[in-house]
Amino acid sequence: MKILESDQIMTKVAIELTNVSKKFISPAGQVTLALRDFSLTVNEGDFCAIVGPTGCGKSTTLGMITGLSPPSTGNVKVFGKPVTGIHPDIGFVFQADAVFPWKNVIDNVAIGPQFRGMDSRSAHDKAGEWVRRVGLAGFEYHYPHQLSGGMRKRVALAQTFINEPKILLMDEPFSALDVQTRALMQEELLTLWSEKKASVVFVTHDIEEAIALADRVVVLSKGPGSVKSSYEINLTRPRHVSEARYTEAFIHLSKQIWSDLKDEVQI
Amino acid sequence: MKTTIANDKAIPAAVGEEEKKAIARSVNHHRLVIFLRIALAAGTLVGWELAVKFGLIDPFFFSQPSAIYDQLAIWLTEGTAQGPLWKELLVTMEETTLGFLIGSVMGIFFGVALGRNKLASDVFSIYIKVANAIPRVVLGSIFIIIFGLGMGSKVALAVVMVFFVVFGNAFQGVREADKNLIANAYILGANKRQVTFSVVFPSAMTWILASLHVSFGFALVGAVVGEFLGARHGIGLLIATAQGAFNAAGVFAAMIVLAVVALAAEYLLTAIENKLLKWRPAQFVEQGM
Repeated sequence: MKILESDQIMTKVAIELTNVSKKFISPAGQVTLALRDFSLTVNEGDFCAIVGPTGCGKSTTLGMITGLSPPSTGNVKVFGKPVTGIHPDIGFVFQADAVFPWKNVIDNVAIGPQFRGMDSRSAHDKAGEWVRRVGLAGFEYHYPHQLSGGMRKRVALAQTFINEPKILLMDEPFSALDVQTRALMQEELLTLWSEKKASVVFVTHDIEEAIALADRVVVLSKGPGSVKSSYEINLTRPRHVSEARYTEAFIHLSKQIWSDLKDEVQI
Repeated sequence: MKTTIANDKAIPAAVGEEEKKAIARSVNHHRLVIFLRIALAAGTLVGWELAVKFGLIDPFFFSQPSAIYDQLAIWLTEGTAQGPLWKELLVTMEETTLGFLIGSVMGIFFGVALGRNKLASDVFSIYIKVANAIPRVVLGSIFIIIFGLGMGSKVALAVVMVFFVVFGNAFQGVREADKNLIANAYILGANKRQVTFSVVFPSAMTWILASLHVSFGFALVGAVVGEFLGARHGIGLLIATAQGAFNAAGVFAAMIVLAVVALAAEYLLTAIENKLLKWRPAQFVEQGM
């Protein structure tokens, strides 16, 4: 443990949230406090999962890191600099389908580089490679509605990864998938992630998903959310999600986290 | 394992038969529909003609199919009082198409612009509501005063008729654009202009195209009403002339000409829509059309 801590001091900090709070104020003046005194530090190359009960502000944290919804109080820093707009090194995978339904698979994947000024031809070359990488070769000219939910998620992953983000934010990306597809997509995500080792913040309500994927699991208390506890996950990498699930250490962690979370989800 | 294999083999055969039955059923249904449609049209026309013959309907007011047919034949062979029929039709079509194009381009432009700008939309929305509440046909008189009896006044009326429909739909379409898609585009690196053109506009396209169907009809109404109010050429003038001469057959014949044109335009618009919206999942509405 000691060695690990000193290691962390050596590595650079990618995301830093200090004492942030987030209030949502409706036009009628009603105030909802979504997050309170929330602090989180994610090092470069770290995979951090956030679990918590519904409505505890898990997704809000991601919004603050992107800069799309700044905090009411507190500081958010990305690579040591305060967040003022959307950082170009950030990638975001949404819970809902966010691929463009009027674009076919390859156009969907190519759009990120195109937005960033790459010419259409090289963007499509690059996109073709990513489409193959996520296992959608042969589906380049299909429209999203012609694909299954899992395949659309693969498109979303390719769309995000093609920009080579140094920070990857994921908002319950696999929650709409069936159990088998979800397991496959988790493997897929770990494979893609292990190549470049972006810093990941992965929001989920699924404890096992969090443990299987992450280096660290942060448990949030019920809304207004703040950090309740944090667990280092010392399972070996590369991990095989489907196998890791049945190891002693996994089950032990899962029990611990659940006992933490249990008090928060009771209605 | 064995049972699944047996099932795999059994299923395709069963499905094949079932499919054949389903296809046969739908073909039969389709034939029946076409037969009934023709029968209904023929029945109505024959009934109308007979009713006139037996004195149940006064042909002075309601004309009769044979008279309408004769009128159409005369127009086609000898031309109308104002000139050949196709020339009159061309005038009306030109006014309609111009009005439709200008009106929809303006509607789309302002709809998207105001939809993307909250302040502008808050300021202008009240005036657009007011303008929309005015029965726009009355503007025809003003346009004739301004633009004279020529094509300009009809085009202007058609533009006004089309603009509000397309504007309303484009505006709504922009507002309904999926927030997730917009956020996704921003994070993927788009600037505001790129979001407008590659996310907001395509998602509003469904709404816009739906409005174009209705608004072509409106453009036609604008052009014809404009011709009613005062013109030298056009189908509207043809109707007005027939009306002045108490020639009911003439009014009906002009109506048929307009209906054919409107149907052809509708068909064309549907083809364009299908081409532009080919990314949408197939819909099961063709049966009803």
